[in-house]
Amino acid sequence: MSSSIETKPQAARHVNTNGRVAASAIIWVVLLFVPLWLPMVGGYTDLATRALIYAIAASGLNLVLGYTGGLSFGHAAYFGLGAYGAGLCLIYIAPSLPLAILAGTVLGGIAGILVGPMAMKRKGIYFAMITIAFGQMFYFIAVRWNGLTGGEDGLTGFSRVPLHIGAETIPLGADRFYYVVLALFAVVMAVIWQILRSPLGHSFVAVRENTTRLRFLGVAVDKQIWVAFAISTFITALAGALNAMLTGFASPDNLGWQLSGSFVVICVLGGMRSFWGPFLGAIIYIVAQDYLSSITQNWMSFIGLIFVLAVLFFPQGLLGFIKGRARS
Amino acid sequence: MEALLLYSAFNGLIVGIFYALMALGLSLILGLNGVINFAHGTFMALGGYVAFTIEPYVGFWGSLVVAPLLCVVLGVVVERILIRPLYGRDPLFSLLLTFGLAMIMEDLIRTIWGSIGQPFALPNYLNSPLSNSLFFLTGYRVVLILITALVTGALFAVLRYSRIGIRIRAGNADLETISAMGVNIFFLRAANFGIGIFLAGVAGILAAGQLGLSPSIGSQLIMPSFVAIIVGGVGSLLGSVLGGLIIGIASGITAAFFPVAQEVVIYVIMAVVLVARPRGLFGQEGLFE
Repeated sequence: MSSSIETKPQAARHVNTNGRVAASAIIWVVLLFVPLWLPMVGGYTDLATRALIYAIAASGLNLVLGYTGGLSFGHAAYFGLGAYGAGLCLIYIAPSLPLAILAGTVLGGIAGILVGPMAMKRKGIYFAMITIAFGQMFYFIAVRWNGLTGGEDGLTGFSRVPLHIGAETIPLGADRFYYVVLALFAVVMAVIWQILRSPLGHSFVAVRENTTRLRFLGVAVDKQIWVAFAISTFITALAGALNAMLTGFASPDNLGWQLSGSFVVICVLGGMRSFWGPFLGAIIYIVAQDYLSSITQNWMSFIGLIFVLAVLFFPQGLLGFIKGRARS
Repeated sequence: MEALLLYSAFNGLIVGIFYALMALGLSLILGLNGVINFAHGTFMALGGYVAFTIEPYVGFWGSLVVAPLLCVVLGVVVERILIRPLYGRDPLFSLLLTFGLAMIMEDLIRTIWGSIGQPFALPNYLNSPLSNSLFFLTGYRVVLILITALVTGALFAVLRYSRIGIRIRAGNADLETISAMGVNIFFLRAANFGIGIFLAGVAGILAAGQLGLSPSIGSQLIMPSFVAIIVGGVGSLLGSVLGGLIIGIASGITAAFFPVAQEVVIYVIMAVVLVARPRGLFGQEGLFE
């Protein structure tokens, strides 16, 4: 049993290398021309931007969820902290887009570094419970610290500032901002790809597959999980900062448990064991949410239904399903 | 000063009772079913709303019995159809499923009963304070404490003495063995789930009388219940109850002296417990991991 688990991915990788390269190339070309083709099929650029932002957040989460197997159900906290950090930076420090994004990313990432060791005191479902609870803590800080965060109404009073490069000032419309997000998405995916190919990434997967054996080999498992958790919160916080720049608004909902659950379901929908899974899940989720909220008031029920159906009928996710079919 | 302290601590105790009842049911389900029932809060809200609807016909005391039982029926159906296929699989899936279920149920409650809060009518004789000096001690609050003590006591008695209770405890220790000994563990897990939902239903009605009804009351109360379980100690039912009361009282006192931190204090306590004593106040080392 265990030997088949170890050899299968290797064999699959051999067979599919060409196919994978072609698929990746197609994805990038399609993404590059979104502002051209999306309006033709009835979409709008901001929708694609939002899908990319959620894809960044979920890809970050998937480092913990899919690769180390830690059930983090509180990742919206770092997304929200990224959003608030970026907004607060624009309001109080300097009207600079790169600085705001950096500030949000660092704020969320530091919170992740601090929460990680406490959450890791427990494993499995208790890890999930603790991460949810810490998420709620940040939610209540945002809601109650009225003077700084705007309380229940959320943080307003900032907007997407133009990008300054040298003496040039580039205003960021919907299309240009899409390309900013796409560039950062590419960077994030490249970073995750590199991590997963490195010894560090292999140790993440080893944590998921056999923690005990890894301990016997002398690997500091807790440290590995911590590193994975911290990296993932930085990435998710980056997505939050971008989201605040997209909407010009940071809301307590950005920190809420519904959003945390949404990130997890995005990973599951697309396929937790696949590099492109969270990206695919994000597209499905954002398109479904946009469509459902336009046709019905009860869209929350339908999103919940997506959760239930994904778990019952699609536990491998879309990519896992396709790979399974291709293999058999 | 003392009066304020006593008053706020008592307010906290009342809220802590709801946390404790919720945490007790969650703990039970967590133990034998191995599921974090995220929909526990919405089952609780459902208990309150059903009681609100049937109260004109069966009265307050009648609704206190009938509404939780109706929740149990729904709960057992949910367990049978949706949760049973997920036993033995990654806990991620049951958590996601109950997550989605919570969203659906909260949305349905909002659709059926409206998104605006509803007052829950109590019998008049329960609403007045018992004495002038202890103005915060209404008849209802006394009843609330008594009912909670009764329900909790009954639960512990069932677990200690009845056959099904002994089986539930044995199943917590080693499910495979009792299954091999001929216990129908599917029935056992369904019954255990039902008991947990019953507690949620009772908590819902009691909370409706105290806090009023709103569709999000379940998701408001379930998060501190998670904290109660972690603080009290994973795997310890008594710990869950005491954990709930402790964070309730702490939150109540904080609400009087430093109101902005009344929710955050709960999570700070959790962080302190996780650092100082990771297994919780009453938890056993290494249980359920």
